[in-house]
Amino acid sequence: MEHESDRVLEGKILHEESYPRLQEREVLIDNAFKMDHIDGKYVREVKMSSKMQESDHLQMLFYLYQLELRGVQKRGLISYTKEKKTVEVILDNDERAKVKRAIAQAYRVIEQAKPPVVKKLPYCKSCAYFGFCYVREADEYAT
Amino acid sequence: MLRDHYVFSNGRLNRKHNTIYYTDDQQKQTPLPVEKIRNLHVFGEVDLNTKLLNYVSQFDICLHIYNYYGFYAGTYYPREKTSVSGFLIIKQAEHYSDRHRRVYLASRFLEGGVHHMLRNLRRHKVENEESMYLIQKEYNKSQEALDIQTLMGHEGVIRKHYYQAFAQMLKQDFSFERREKRPPRDPLNALFSFGNTLMYRTVLSEIYRTTLNPTISYLHEPSTKRFSLSLDIAEIFKPLVVDQVILSLINRKTITKKHFDVLDHEICFLNDEGKKRFIRAWEDRLETTVKHRQLKRNTSYRYLVRLECYKLIKHLLGDDVYKPLKAWW
Repeated sequence: MEHESDRVLEGKILHEESYPRLQEREVLIDNAFKMDHIDGKYVREVKMSSKMQESDHLQMLFYLYQLELRGVQKRGLISYTKEKKTVEVILDNDERAKVKRAIAQAYRVIEQAKPPVVKKLPYCKSCAYFGFCYVREADEYAT
Repeated sequence: MLRDHYVFSNGRLNRKHNTIYYTDDQQKQTPLPVEKIRNLHVFGEVDLNTKLLNYVSQFDICLHIYNYYGFYAGTYYPREKTSVSGFLIIKQAEHYSDRHRRVYLASRFLEGGVHHMLRNLRRHKVENEESMYLIQKEYNKSQEALDIQTLMGHEGVIRKHYYQAFAQMLKQDFSFERREKRPPRDPLNALFSFGNTLMYRTVLSEIYRTTLNPTISYLHEPSTKRFSLSLDIAEIFKPLVVDQVILSLINRKTITKKHFDVLDHEICFLNDEGKKRFIRAWEDRLETTVKHRQLKRNTSYRYLVRLECYKLIKHLLGDDVYKPLKAWW
């Protein structure tokens, strides 16, 4: 579904166009996760808007944590290029605990037999999966 | 917006300068916008090579081949990019093997189809009153069917009534005794055959963009036709899309008897001009949008097909109960 989302395409182009001087782009680790850039001691991630800072932050923590498990120490930078704003992310003890909790919670969802009940959130409307989550037929049967 | 591209004349398709070029027999070259094409339908006699096939795979373009008479021959499908789901296939098979679950889905497909058949007949409510009554009655009986054969029997009766009434709504003299598929023997049968072929392709390309397995079906027997799930879902959409296109083509005299050729006094088929006119109306119809009641967004007919796949997936996963699309507009 992401293949067809204009928003996903926009993000992809933004990613390709920004920071042309950085060498390491789209770094795929162990076929499991893909980071936008690695620049010296920083892992970098480019975002379209800062509307989802909380999840952007967790995503970066996840990268840093996964790298740490593989013996690599890095810091993170999240760039909101349109807003000319960059946020630094550091994996300390508190943050490490936070990302571990989030991973555990994610597994709890994955292991459920059924997807959780749809909860309508403001960002749903721009999501690539909107059609899948919200399609239904009206209940009244008027023929 | 991705679109379908149709090639009618004879020539050659090849990759050149990172796009696809079509060269006709006068050596005139036309570039095709590779990023904008979803399906490439080849009706003419066209040469191509594996370099082209590799290239269309990169862009996720399906290549559909039709024979001289416009009948579907086969498809070159790029290696699936969308992830496959073993879990969903198992669920699909479970719903097939369990008789009750299978009949449930099969009769939902019929339900959607009947709703749209009645919707078409309602245009001439007075003349079609009796047919509509008979169809409704037969449909009500079908809801008590406990096996697929019985259901299919009712479906046959419904179709008979429907086609009879349908022919009455045509403003041109297109004689139509009964629906004949292989081969179509008169213009109207030729139109239905051609339109239904396009419908199956459309549904199949939407199924391919989900994780559904197109070979496991419910109303149709999975063993008889290869991608029978597209036949199932097409049941809902044939009266909504194909039949409406046919009605408007005939009643607006866009297609007349001169757009048909007959082979050996036997097989009737649309000639090139006829096919072009049909496809133009077809593409227009698929891109037509309605405001979706639940999504509250403009939704094209083509996307409605995809949404039908999503609803089916949710039913199979036990997430929601499947109800067929019933046009409300």
